[in-house]
Amino acid sequence: MIEPRLKIATCSLAGCFGCHMSLLDLDERLFDLAERVELDRSPLTDIKELGECDVGLIEGGVCNAENVHVLMEFRARCKILVAIGACALNGGVPAMRNQYDLKECLEESYVRGMGLVNAQIPSDPEIPLLLNKVHPIHEVVKIDYSLPGCPPSADTIWTFINELLSGQAIVLSYRQIHYD
Amino acid sequence: MSDEQSFTLDGRRIPFQNGQTVMQAALEAGVYIPHLCFNPEFTPHGSCRVCLVKVNNRMQAACTTPAADGQTVQSETEELREIRRGILQMLFVEGNHVCPACEKSGACQLQAVAYYTGMLAPHFKHFYPRRPVDASHPEAVIDFNRCILCELCVRASRDVDGKNIFAVEGRGIQAHLVVNTPSGQLGATGFSLHDKAAQVCPTGSILTKHRGYDIPIGQRLYDRKPINVVGDVAQLPDRQGGRRHD
Amino acid sequence: MVESSMLTETIRDIVQHHSGMPTRLLQILRDVQDRLTWLSPETLERVAEELSISPNKVRSVAEFYSFLYTTPRGRYDILFSDNITDRMLGNRELLHYLCGRLKVSIGETRSDGLVTIGTTSCTGMCDQGPAALVNGYTLTRLNPSRLDGIANLIESRIPLAEWPRELFEVYSNLRRADILLGRHFADGSALRAVLKRGPEAIMEEMVKSGLRGQGGAGFGSAAKWISCRNAPGNVKYVVCNADEGEPGTFKDRVLMQDFADLVFEGMTLCGRVIGAQHGFVYLRGEYRYMLNPLKATLQRRREAGLLGEAILGDISFNFDIEIHLGAGAYVCGEESALIESLEGKHGVPRIRPPFPTTHGYLNKPTVVNNVETFAAAAKIAVEGGDWFASRGTAQSKGTKLLSVSGDCERPGIYEYPFGITVNRVLEDCGAHDAQGIQMAGPAGHMISAKQFDRRICFEDLATGGSFMVFDQKRDILDGVRNFAHFFVHESCGFCTPCRVGTSLMRDLMDKVHTGHGTRYDLEEMRKLGRIMQAGCHCGLGQTAPNPVLDSLDQFPEAYERRLRSTAYEPAFDLNAALEEARQLTGRSDPGAYLNEEDLLVGAMP
Repeated sequence: MIEPRLKIATCSLAGCFGCHMSLLDLDERLFDLAERVELDRSPLTDIKELGECDVGLIEGGVCNAENVHVLMEFRARCKILVAIGACALNGGVPAMRNQYDLKECLEESYVRGMGLVNAQIPSDPEIPLLLNKVHPIHEVVKIDYSLPGCPPSADTIWTFINELLSGQAIVLSYRQIHYD
Repeated sequence: MSDEQSFTLDGRRIPFQNGQTVMQAALEAGVYIPHLCFNPEFTPHGSCRVCLVKVNNRMQAACTTPAADGQTVQSETEELREIRRGILQMLFVEGNHVCPACEKSGACQLQAVAYYTGMLAPHFKHFYPRRPVDASHPEAVIDFNRCILCELCVRASRDVDGKNIFAVEGRGIQAHLVVNTPSGQLGATGFSLHDKAAQVCPTGSILTKHRGYDIPIGQRLYDRKPINVVGDVAQLPDRQGGRRHD
Repeated sequence: MVESSMLTETIRDIVQHHSGMPTRLLQILRDVQDRLTWLSPETLERVAEELSISPNKVRSVAEFYSFLYTTPRGRYDILFSDNITDRMLGNRELLHYLCGRLKVSIGETRSDGLVTIGTTSCTGMCDQGPAALVNGYTLTRLNPSRLDGIANLIESRIPLAEWPRELFEVYSNLRRADILLGRHFADGSALRAVLKRGPEAIMEEMVKSGLRGQGGAGFGSAAKWISCRNAPGNVKYVVCNADEGEPGTFKDRVLMQDFADLVFEGMTLCGRVIGAQHGFVYLRGEYRYMLNPLKATLQRRREAGLLGEAILGDISFNFDIEIHLGAGAYVCGEESALIESLEGKHGVPRIRPPFPTTHGYLNKPTVVNNVETFAAAAKIAVEGGDWFASRGTAQSKGTKLLSVSGDCERPGIYEYPFGITVNRVLEDCGAHDAQGIQMAGPAGHMISAKQFDRRICFEDLATGGSFMVFDQKRDILDGVRNFAHFFVHESCGFCTPCRVGTSLMRDLMDKVHTGHGTRYDLEEMRKLGRIMQAGCHCGLGQTAPNPVLDSLDQFPEAYERRLRSTAYEPAFDLNAALEEARQLTGRSDPGAYLNEEDLLVGAMP
């Protein structure tokens, strides 16, 4: 039985790449995975343009304009979109800045910071503009599956991908569900 | 004992004594019904609504519904699990629950009940309220971001400690926990870690200082087994629950 | 600034006037605020000291009621009634007009401390709106010229007592009377009947009458009275629920204004039947203008031997009535929350059972009935249960007062036998072009023209009396959105699904109403509504999603025409979320915007 390999893309928005590290923690199972899936755009490949994909895995919340563009592109090109990790699900640690006005955050970093010369809030168009708050990704696009954890364990990711690939209902065991 | 009073809970016979609620009788019989604002040591409150069950086909909070002979109670149905998940998701989006940055994580009742109901994500739009952290007390800290208004600390401080340190003020979505001093600071009260109020919080809202993440991930209270097996953190001896600084 | 010792003295006087009773806390805070315009932290501390109660109890009450202010307010405090019927009559334009005239923004106090202008939930003047309250007193039939006059009175700092009376005039608009309001009632006749025939005979008449609670819930009144009468204990209470907060309802206002004797007589009768010597009227804060006239009526009744000690000369018949004024909390219409409020606390519904008939005011057996129920009971005592039961339907005996407002020629009070069709009411009130009716207020049900042949009775369309008409020109969702906001404001905050669910529902409704919703959002609203109906602690929360759920079923086209064709839309305005950063950086390059056309939204599966 020869099936076309499923195309998977991944990205990290306002996250720490910890969820991607967890993906790499699949260790030798990565060989098994590589036989069944093909990676499209991902920090693990050098593909710049997102192609039509079966599954998109999103790490991180939405904190700036670029995140919004990337997330929307993933939604448009991926049949199934999966929110992976605490930040994608509820904003996580980056969303702790929602306790402050954006002005306070930027001034703390760029104006009042130690050792700054000619301190100013950067306004270079190359730098993605920040949203006034960090949001979980489901507040911007529709999500098909959520995998909690900071990060979700490699086991959790493995169970999820396996069951998804085999067309089963996703059933995570008690120990595979945690929020931290 | 055939004339013993009983009701059925998901088909199982649960005996009870007069004056007991559905929750009390179920827990005594070793059957778990998820709950947050209920603590067997206190008068039922009925505010979190997580213990919703169907009593003779009517939705009721198990913690406030008196047990009655011959009642039919449903608890572990998909319908109820979905409603409970919804209510838990509401609690998660109402406050700021950043589990990775919380010392209570792993031994948190809110988290454990959410795991139990199979909640994967908070689902709703987040409120991201701006709430303070009160670190004025030498031994304890209150992070109001994690308060779910169960009023267990209010009840414990008033009814057990006789100190009346906590209260809920405001109406509707503005309702919030306050510390009863003119400054509103815990440090200005007679609060002590030996108070009952220091030991009942089902979230990481009231925490012991100088303790940090003292139990490794994987060995924490709810890391391996669910709350229906382990029990409520507030009901467990110190070391397991990690509720008190020793 | 009030001097500290003056403050103590003022508060001490007021507390003493209320006999230093903590149960009078809400009344005390109202009186203190009348003198000081707001309740400062210091004021609250003093009140707590004078009453020897914990300061947090005082603060929790002050924070709970919307007519109590813990931040400074203007000397003239104006609150526009913001029910959908006020909106239909143009209250928003008038609100902005007055704000412009007085140079103050909504919700803020003018820098000279003279005036504050804001909004409040329905004030029960739907048949003569747009309405407002000034320092708690009702203003009706507002229009630009009336507002010009009001603005001048305020700028000239004319005391409220000297304002022209016609500004405060409240019409009764009694359009149709049946057996309750149509026949003369001789004061004292119900009390003579109970003295002559005895409480048991009156109970029998009550049973025969089939009278059910007229507040809307429809619990059998006789059963309530019997349960309370049989409850152990010597001290019992009678409470009249005149906290008519359901938007669109104003029949209790007319009963209290024009038929107070009938209501008081019903309460006194109940006192005799159940063995109570003390009664309370819980009058909603919005009806403050009636407080003094009602007190005068009570005094007249005492002098006539119909109230107080030895009623009608019978030394075993003692009963008196006290009026307790609410302070802007819809939830206090729920009987156990009302009792909490009467006890001087914030109004959170109690866990039931036990019910008030055994554990009510101060945990004593208490009958809580609606204004209309007491009025009917007084009539039944005189005319007999059969007489009352001769009207109505099998399960709904007697008559019902409807408060008719919205798009009709003759808004006002209509008394009908139960079982009347919606069509008949529409015909009588001159509503020729109705598209839908909000029956029984936001907590009731919204019906479309397909259902206008339904009957108003407990078997079919139950109602506490609110009947708001929306004609074909109206956008039904304007009403639904208004109600969604109403419930956010009125949730007490005790239980999770109501406290959080009402806000989530409002956000979804705002999203859809402003044209940013999709079919997915409608499904979300349904799911959320089901959680609230199933999970909330009291009737407020359980019924709060009704307007949304009903309108989704009855008026799907009102939603359809607003929906995006996309499968999903963000929960917030993406581009607006960049505005703060644009300001801070001064950027205006294309990357500083998230315009819809640049996003791949439409390409979603």
